[in-house]
Amino acid sequence: MSMAISRLVYCKFEVINLFEDKMKHIVKIMTFLVAITAVWISLLQTAMIPRSHTWLLPLYFIVSLGCYGLLMVGVGLMQFPTCPQEAVLLQQDVIEAKQFLKHNGVDVGSD
Amino acid sequence: MAKQNKYSIIIPTYNERLNIALIIFLVFKHIPDVDFEIIVVDDGSPDGTQDIVKQLQQVYGDDRILLRARPKKLGLGTAYIHGLKHASGNFVVIMDADLSHHPKYLPHFIKKQIETGADIVTGTRYVKGGGVHGWTLMRKLTSRGANVLAHTLLWPGVSDLTGSFRLYKKSVLEDTISSCVSKGYVFQMEMIVRASRKGYHIKEVPITFVDRVYGSSKLGGSEIVEYLKGLVYLLFTT
Repeated sequence: MSMAISRLVYCKFEVINLFEDKMKHIVKIMTFLVAITAVWISLLQTAMIPRSHTWLLPLYFIVSLGCYGLLMVGVGLMQFPTCPQEAVLLQQDVIEAKQFLKHNGVDVGSD
Repeated sequence: MAKQNKYSIIIPTYNERLNIALIIFLVFKHIPDVDFEIIVVDDGSPDGTQDIVKQLQQVYGDDRILLRARPKKLGLGTAYIHGLKHASGNFVVIMDADLSHHPKYLPHFIKKQIETGADIVTGTRYVKGGGVHGWTLMRKLTSRGANVLAHTLLWPGVSDLTGSFRLYKKSVLEDTISSCVSKGYVFQMEMIVRASRKGYHIKEVPITFVDRVYGSSKLGGSEIVEYLKGLVYLLFTT
């Protein structure tokens, strides 16, 4: 009897594991959204925060997300790593390569 | 203490007559003491790329440079699969033939993999030590915006999603590539996201990227639409 029960429990864990492994990213995002929506609804019902504020919370969330995104783009753009010296080094490599290859019978005429 | 590792470097080409010669020279220059082979997958280039590769085989040996051509342009993903069939190494490097990926980083990739035992080492242009040259402000803005969007939606675990300069364990590449269906650079995104979801150990090395020395690379409206469609697809299927 206890063997059957422990087998059942084991199977249940296997199923949960399978679900987690195969869980698509969109499902994780939807779960998160459902969770914060549940929090928002409970805030509305218990009125810990004045209702007028609570109604605006989703808007604040979306606007913050947008601002965060723009900030990340701006910061990333300012810090965008560039490497002008690499173009020079590359040209040197090209010259060296062409010399060697010409010497060894490979056709490196420009195209 | 060097291990008995062999690296198969797969380079898909189309009309890269000059660049392929330069790339092969640079590979031999930068990893002379490594056991490697270069697999050129040419899609029937009309400019004589394959003739150049044959000349290079005379110089370096046809056991080091393998030409595995295809009759016409058949896509990047299938080019890698085709190259993989002929790869005898236990590691596979994928890189572009247009000199935007410099072979001088190959020792960095190899070292990183040996140090960490990673399944995949991917080159990133977006961290300190890496960088891009030859991009306009607009191009940088698009790239950065695309990156932020992809990170917010997908949480991929790597900083450069569309990069295609990577070192894979051969078994990992075979496993991941079998489940990818996208084309072009979305394919690169799909590869790394799927690998991340499968739990493979991924490490990054900074690389510098000099855009198209010979020729031009484009980023227009249709590429952006394709990218967004790719993101949505990855959101729902990974």
